[in-house]
Amino acid sequence: MRQFRKAAPVALLAVASLALGACAQSDRTDGGGSGSSGAAASGGTMTFGAAGAPKLFDPYYATDGETFRITRQMFEGLLTDKPGTAEVVPGLAAEMPTSDDGKVWTFKLRTGVKFTDGTDFNADAVCKNFTRMFDQNKAGESAAQYWTYTMGTFKSDAATSLYKGCEAVDPATVKISVNTTTSKFPVMLSLASFGMQSPTAMDKGDANNVKAQGDGFIFPPYAQAPVGTGPFKLEKYDEANKTVTLVRNDTYWGEKAKLDKLIFKIIPDESTRRQELQAGSIDGYDLPNPVDWKGLKDDGDQLLIRPAFNILYMGLNPEKNPKLKDLRVRQALDMAINREQMVKTQLPEGATAASQFMPDTVKGYNTNIKVTAYDPTKAKSLLKAAGASNMTLNFAYPTEVTRPYMPNPQKIFEALRANLEAVGIKVNVIAKPWNGGYLDGISPNGAFDAWIIGWTGDYDAADNFLGTFFTSPKNDFHTFSMPWGKTLSASLTAADAIVDQDQRDAAYEKIATQINDEYIPGLPLSSSPPALVVGPNVKGLVASPLTAEDFSTVTISK
Amino acid sequence: MPTNPFSSFGDRKKRRIDDLAATAGDAERQPADDAKVGAAATGSAQHAGNGGTQGPTVEDAGAIAGGAGQSLLASAWERLRRDKVFLVGAGITLVFVLLALFAPLIAPHDPTKGLLLNQVRQMTNPVPGAQPGFPLGGDTVGRDLLSRLIVGSRQTLIVGVFATLGGLAGGLTLGTLAGALGGWVDSFVMRAVDVMLSIPSLLLAISIAALAPEPSQITLIIAIAVVQVPIFARLLRGSLLAQRSSDHVLAARALGVRPVSIIFRHMLPNALGPVIVQATLVLATSIIDAAALSFLGLGNPDDRQPEWGAMLGTAQQYLGDYPHLAVFPALCIIVVALGFTLMGESLREALDPKSRR
Amino acid sequence: MLRFVLRRLLQMVGVVIVLSFLLFVWLRSLPGGTVSAILGERATPQTRAALTKALGLDQPIWVQYGSYAKRLLSGDFGVSTGVLPGTDALDIFLTRFPATLELSILAILLAVSAAIPLGYLAARRRATWFDNTSILVSLVGVAVPVFFLAFLLKYYFAIEHNWLPVSGRQSSGVDATRVTGFFVLDGIITQEWDAAWDAFKHLILPAIALATIPFAVIFRITRASVLDVMEEDFVRTARSKGLTQRVIRGRHILRNALLPVVTIIGLQVGGLFAGAVLTETVFNFGGVGETLATAFTLRDYSVLQVIILAAAITYVIVNLLVDIAYAIIDPRIRTR
Repeated sequence: MRQFRKAAPVALLAVASLALGACAQSDRTDGGGSGSSGAAASGGTMTFGAAGAPKLFDPYYATDGETFRITRQMFEGLLTDKPGTAEVVPGLAAEMPTSDDGKVWTFKLRTGVKFTDGTDFNADAVCKNFTRMFDQNKAGESAAQYWTYTMGTFKSDAATSLYKGCEAVDPATVKISVNTTTSKFPVMLSLASFGMQSPTAMDKGDANNVKAQGDGFIFPPYAQAPVGTGPFKLEKYDEANKTVTLVRNDTYWGEKAKLDKLIFKIIPDESTRRQELQAGSIDGYDLPNPVDWKGLKDDGDQLLIRPAFNILYMGLNPEKNPKLKDLRVRQALDMAINREQMVKTQLPEGATAASQFMPDTVKGYNTNIKVTAYDPTKAKSLLKAAGASNMTLNFAYPTEVTRPYMPNPQKIFEALRANLEAVGIKVNVIAKPWNGGYLDGISPNGAFDAWIIGWTGDYDAADNFLGTFFTSPKNDFHTFSMPWGKTLSASLTAADAIVDQDQRDAAYEKIATQINDEYIPGLPLSSSPPALVVGPNVKGLVASPLTAEDFSTVTISK
Repeated sequence: MPTNPFSSFGDRKKRRIDDLAATAGDAERQPADDAKVGAAATGSAQHAGNGGTQGPTVEDAGAIAGGAGQSLLASAWERLRRDKVFLVGAGITLVFVLLALFAPLIAPHDPTKGLLLNQVRQMTNPVPGAQPGFPLGGDTVGRDLLSRLIVGSRQTLIVGVFATLGGLAGGLTLGTLAGALGGWVDSFVMRAVDVMLSIPSLLLAISIAALAPEPSQITLIIAIAVVQVPIFARLLRGSLLAQRSSDHVLAARALGVRPVSIIFRHMLPNALGPVIVQATLVLATSIIDAAALSFLGLGNPDDRQPEWGAMLGTAQQYLGDYPHLAVFPALCIIVVALGFTLMGESLREALDPKSRR
Repeated sequence: MLRFVLRRLLQMVGVVIVLSFLLFVWLRSLPGGTVSAILGERATPQTRAALTKALGLDQPIWVQYGSYAKRLLSGDFGVSTGVLPGTDALDIFLTRFPATLELSILAILLAVSAAIPLGYLAARRRATWFDNTSILVSLVGVAVPVFFLAFLLKYYFAIEHNWLPVSGRQSSGVDATRVTGFFVLDGIITQEWDAAWDAFKHLILPAIALATIPFAVIFRITRASVLDVMEEDFVRTARSKGLTQRVIRGRHILRNALLPVVTIIGLQVGGLFAGAVLTETVFNFGGVGETLATAFTLRDYSVLQVIILAAAITYVIVNLLVDIAYAIIDPRIRTR
């Protein structure tokens, strides 16, 4: 008995491993570790440190940057961005679409393009994609946030939707029509969510079959194995080891990817990403902490700084704190903030103080508006004139988060708080976890007097910034509680509907001036360039302001 | 359970607490046979809820009359005076407490003011270096690091002391209820206490802090305090039980003293020794646990009130190029935690009749 | 014995039911939540309301719990909303659990193999410099915050010297077959030796960090226990019988002294879970602890519920096993 007791675990282990060994065999192909594709000259493997795990691989239902980074390598839209800029250029469309009335748009398509499952890409495929996106079940409608955000509603409420229909004129020509003219369309088609997917694969994988269960959505199997036309295709998502492996699409229509393999290794902690790069186990990573930029450069790494396409602002809620209804108080706050110092000390080099609610790279940016000068003395006297010398401000900042426009919320908050206190405002500090009450506190409830948040642009249109902030009657700034709120909203809607680009830009510039001089619904603070970093042996990666880097041009030398 | 061995493992915790509790009542107790401790539980239906981990020591202790408290204390003091370990621990503790009390007077600068802010450049100079008047340089928003460390001692002490007091208050209530009333109240309270002890303490603290609506110094203190409640509860109950049939209590009862006043005037004061020992050890745990919670972003979000754990937590991203930001607060935590632990352990040994052999 | 085990299991079911209810209500009563986590800055009051409705989060809490309990009974633990949306929360747990288990096992092995010999030696040489140094080391080990120790280890071994990997479970370049989810074991049974070795190297640093606390505890228990036993009557008897030191030490002292140590080791396993949250976060080790932290920030209710319930169940089961093991090992128990 005693002997058995000792021997038992060992025997059990041996039996178990034998049993497992019998049914478990190595999946390896002969090549072993690397360079499995054999035929082509090996372009090597790049491993990129991603900050978060992808949520799913069907971009249509995706909402976050980490997912889009991966799907962008696998899917292409009708339109895309010119590398390194926010400019919209043809993607799977052969040229920019044309329209006479701004409502019916004609797209000429590239020919000879195939999805990686062999299905032809043509006008039919495009229309099937749009029909698929438009015709969602209830759960799908809730899951497809980007469609909701740009097109409004779905087939179930077709009348209010921006999307009207799609018509295949001939295999290489397609007409897509919308219900109203807007600056959003067609540029929105460059969004990663609207990447073209194989109709065959979608049918086979039951792509639209989203189900709500409990408090989550269940996505169809297709969402884990989608098929696109891009330079890479999905090999596997090794969830246990937190790596996503993409391989080159050897039948790609354009210039084929130079890498054999592109691996995304998920490393949530920023300092660990840096250590991995130092140790050489990854070849690059996203969003290096500005503090590390110098050290990274000293190590010989290449820092790729994206042009800033975001805006950080301080939101104000006049309904919550009636003192903020007085324009003089809002002006005083505007002057009390030392933007230059904040930008210089708390944001990476290349960051700029903001004069209006969009970065200077967006069409419609008004170059005549200057950054509000730091003037605490005048701020104090304005506050005094408004009878708000000792006003209290419930000012919130988020924890558990960093954003491209806000590398360290706490430190930015600390700088702003010191500025506000310097002009005699009493600041009540509110710190809430980003997903644990901060976003809720801003949007539906309006629980804070003031808060910091920002916006990263989706595409190059002033509407994507100003329209998002101030058009809706229920916006975060509560502008509809002010006498000018409705006017502002109406003029933004009118500007958005202008078809001619120059006239539209002029309209937006005028609105920007009004916002700056007469309204001040909030305080634009800064735009900061998020960076990414790659090791010394990586070439050909172009930083994109939209964080839409294309990895197919990358080469790596070991 | 990473930060403290004394708070994580139900069995170890309980056994040690019970040992400690018994010191209040008797001096002649049999040395606890470790084997018996674990073993007894299997047969003990009363405590089956949490299994394998209840010691018989409390029951045993209760049966043994004792009363060497005074001489024990005296001899303990004799031993402590000559105990180098105790002196080192007490020395560290004393310096720390003095530092915390007089922090604002000692600190060379206002720790909330970004005096060196204008030197901060994210890319070229994110952390201002040492310079005249600022021997350790500044932090990432230009505040004097030395002043923050000094004033940080106060926040650290506040967290430690209030968490311990909170745990003590909760434990005192539960333990007195259980030990004094006995019967189903005792079973019920002790079952609840056992369940709490069975959850690894840091995990419990993390859950409480993470599930609070928003992180703050108060939630941090509460999270750590709650974790200490069962320890004190068990300690007090054990100690009260041990005294129930001791001579002085029997005598008081015979004289017709009311039960309430027996508990508060005769039994509780005798339980204070082990409570003080435990509190010393818990202080060390609290400080380390607070650091861990701050590291996970569950600490005080207002970093104008510097706290070593939070300083260490936020410094992690600078560890590569500016390790001193993390090393100084870490050293402070280690030294202070060690000080409390050394003092507590030698107190415990001195008060433990078993080690007088 | 059987009755005892059954009763304990029944009690466990009770604890789990109560805990599941408390957890459910608590999570949902907190500000923020899943909807915020999914929508981010892009949220508008309209999309927020629509999504809240689609997820059924607008219903009264008891209705929500009712349907949750019903699904729970049919073995459905809910669907992840943040960690890996659309995936069964239990599947997520089962994918990550092997990592935590693998790490914990190595950590406990390290702790035991270092602590018992050291504890024994320290007791034998009581009050020598060796004893004092060992005690001091174990005290300091406890006073160092684990995540700080983890950083130090990482810096020295992984970055300064590049001897061991910085983080993760396996190098991304290694093409490994997954069978059990235990990477080292997988490498062995599929005979992909490089994969096994690589996975093992990834385990070392986190295991050392995780082992410090159990090491300190086991060391001190061993030392105290050996000291106790050395003065027992039967040891004196053995000595007076003229038995060799070797026999006395091996058969009488060590065997008896190890009884309490066995209990402690069993209980450490449950306690390691909390340590895993910190260690796995620092080492980006894709286990349950790290998933717990991620699920917290993303407010992924289903995953949080599964992990916390699983932690409670694991702990209770480990306790039960220790009791049973004890009843088997210690003859005195059987007579009771």
